[in-house]
Amino acid sequence: MVWAFWLVAAIIIVSALGVVGFANLIHSALALAATFLAVAILYLFLAAEFVAAMQVLIYIGAVAVLIVFGIMVINRSGMQLSNPSGKTVLGAFVVAIVTMAVLLLGILNHNWPVTQQNPPDDTIAVMADLVFNRFLIPFEIAGLLLLVSVIGAILLAREVRQR
Amino acid sequence: MITLQHYLGLGAVLFAIGLFGTLSKRNVIGILMGVELMLNAANLNLVAFARFVTPLEITGQAFALFTIVIAAAEVAVGLAIAILLFRRRGTVNADDWNLLRW
Repeated sequence: MVWAFWLVAAIIIVSALGVVGFANLIHSALALAATFLAVAILYLFLAAEFVAAMQVLIYIGAVAVLIVFGIMVINRSGMQLSNPSGKTVLGAFVVAIVTMAVLLLGILNHNWPVTQQNPPDDTIAVMADLVFNRFLIPFEIAGLLLLVSVIGAILLAREVRQR
Repeated sequence: MITLQHYLGLGAVLFAIGLFGTLSKRNVIGILMGVELMLNAANLNLVAFARFVTPLEITGQAFALFTIVIAAAEVAVGLAIAILLFRRRGTVNADDWNLLRW
């Protein structure tokens, strides 16, 4: 399993670099979908089958498709050089490198409370118990949030006329 | 042997790439893509903690699920704002959308 982790990690990093590196916005969107899929495979390695399925369904099936539709609606003229970098590239690079260095330093030096226990065979049953018993109220509020955001998105995109 | 640190390190790298995209891109949809990468990095950390720290009660996976829901809501509202501003201003360049700047 060790080589599989490194293979998937390489796919994630290369495709994420493609998301920020491609000059064509559609290529960036495709690289974003590839990143989502590789992260879903990592969830399978981590014994999170349900989260992996939701990642594929929601991120690839909804978010990536929604972004492609957004590109279709917004970018009317040519797609070449549709994802340019601004004047802040150097500053953004420095900030990203420093953030990564600080995070990696903390991760490597902290003594994480790792246990050697194995996860249960059926994590989906444990997930159902968590979501529908312990986190029932947050679950309902998440549904409410989705409803509110859908209504808000429709109102924003329709652009309500002032009387 | 793949340990917790490997997953957290991968999450840190992914977060840094997303942060770079968010800060450097001019197209507003490129910025949204960077935000999605950062949310994925946070999710990866949550699921890795659920696997290696509390493998029996997988609370982190439930948190990751809620993060996915909020990311879906965020991208819907973000794209609606982008479409509205594109209709009003005729551009997707975030540098030109400075109507809130003092």
